[in-house]
Amino acid sequence: MEKYEVVIGLEVHAGLSTKTKIFCGCGTKFGAEPNSEVCPVCLGLPGVLPVLNKEVVKYAVRAAIAFNCHINLYNKFDRKNYYYPDLPKNYQISQNYFPIAVDGYVEIFIDGEKKRLRINNIHMEEDAGKNLHSEDTGLHDASLVDFNRTGVPLLEIVTEPDMRSLQEVEKFMTALRNVLLYIDVCDCRMEEGSLRFEANVSLRPIGEHQLRQRVEMKNLNSFKMVLKALKYEIERQGKLLMEGGEVAQETRLWDDKEGKTYLMRSKEEAHDYRYFPEPDLVPVIIDEGFIDRIRSSLPELPSAKLERFCGEYGLPPYDAEVLTSDRLLSGFYEGVVNIFPDAKTVSNWVMGELLAILNEEGVDIENCRISPGRFAELLEFLKGGKINALSAKNVLREMFHSGKDAREIIEEKGISQISDEESIKEIILKVISENPGPVADFRKGKKKTLGYLVGQVMKATGGRANPEVTNKLLVKALEDSGGEV
Amino acid sequence: MKITSEVVSHIARLCRISLSDEEHKLFTLQLNQILAYMDKLNKLNIENVEPTSHVLHLENVLREDKISPSLPREKMFVNAPDKHKGYFKVPRIIE
Repeated sequence: MEKYEVVIGLEVHAGLSTKTKIFCGCGTKFGAEPNSEVCPVCLGLPGVLPVLNKEVVKYAVRAAIAFNCHINLYNKFDRKNYYYPDLPKNYQISQNYFPIAVDGYVEIFIDGEKKRLRINNIHMEEDAGKNLHSEDTGLHDASLVDFNRTGVPLLEIVTEPDMRSLQEVEKFMTALRNVLLYIDVCDCRMEEGSLRFEANVSLRPIGEHQLRQRVEMKNLNSFKMVLKALKYEIERQGKLLMEGGEVAQETRLWDDKEGKTYLMRSKEEAHDYRYFPEPDLVPVIIDEGFIDRIRSSLPELPSAKLERFCGEYGLPPYDAEVLTSDRLLSGFYEGVVNIFPDAKTVSNWVMGELLAILNEEGVDIENCRISPGRFAELLEFLKGGKINALSAKNVLREMFHSGKDAREIIEEKGISQISDEESIKEIILKVISENPGPVADFRKGKKKTLGYLVGQVMKATGGRANPEVTNKLLVKALEDSGGEV
Repeated sequence: MKITSEVVSHIARLCRISLSDEEHKLFTLQLNQILAYMDKLNKLNIENVEPTSHVLHLENVLREDKISPSLPREKMFVNAPDKHKGYFKVPRIIE
């Protein structure tokens, strides 16, 4: 497949976390009883009029700024016409001719290099309902429809076909999700459908600049599915091209169980949406003052924070990328650094130990019982020699599970570090007398046995001996008495 | 553009309506008349006319993000031909 270059673009649907729907006052809570958050407006009953939710415009402008877009001050809505049972009006209100934002980008790092992936446009629209088929309902002659999701506000974010590898797609999705979470417009719960992806993919010979016929893929409900489906489709198209065939422009459906894509509709069957201006809604005119107020209310965005972490704390880009990948995690990090200002040590402990525990336990930082203050206290104890690194790791785990602070755990378990030379010397002499073999080996010049003997001291103290002091005293003891043998 | 008999069939299919032969002829004629009128409009000098997307001189009609009551369940299905356990029931959907 080396002869071909992969060309990928994405369409993203982000369900907004407003309290109410885009054109009516129905709630948007996920998981409500079927058809309990529905009214004549979202049901499309005759005679109703939609009225735009102010908050949706704000959310859209937030996203437009965060994705570096040009914002169109003049906005209006259009009808996208198609027949499907999840769409009670038989048209979806969307923005076709004047989307709220155009010409943006997302920046990602690929092998340390910054790459800009362009966004064609962002527009506001309403979501459709949810259909249940026989595999969910057990009914073979009918489908069921829940209109709760109908009218939930969406931002559709359409990229340019700028992605050239699965790695870039993954980085883009992560960066996009991260921005949406930072600016608090979407909870990005893919399992609840609040963040959905469709992917367009084509292959072309390396060096060719024209775009080829693309295949659009639907039913991609997780990052993993997007990547799996793309991998499958790239291989399918590559094989077709190698055999001298041609890729048809079509829409394919990803079947996750089978791990395959299936033809959903061909170009000939493609929808003819017959867009026209929505007569039930008047134009929305935004002014610069409105945009400025929203701009100044936005939190620091991940890309800016990443650069600041590198500059202000002197962190390597990798550390900064991991720490800023989650707004709450970056807040936690800064909370610790404010108290314990050794930035790299904090980074090592947050990225290494803390994230390992959170991953193992499947808990996110939001629900972690360790506060930045307590985390900093633990690092103080480590630095001050009260505990050694091994104990600190265990104490951290205990803090996570019990919710107690480090001091309490250290006292309870009696694991404060032994740094007092007399106590350590006593144990060393005992270890030396109990291990004549290794001691003799050391004295014969097998310096490697030192590690074993240090281990024995640690074992005898339950890991509490200060490793530096132990090392120093052990070497001294072995060499001092070495002359006597 | 000329509206042919095929175009009328296509539009009818998109709208999920079936037309009798008479209606088919009638709509072919009427749609062509409408387009002919558009041609007439196209001849107007509109150099100094702002484009408009709406007949009302209104803008920014917006609502606060406040929840208002949804339809009570007993009213929900009054007009629905069929329902099942709180869902609208429709003929089996085949994509």
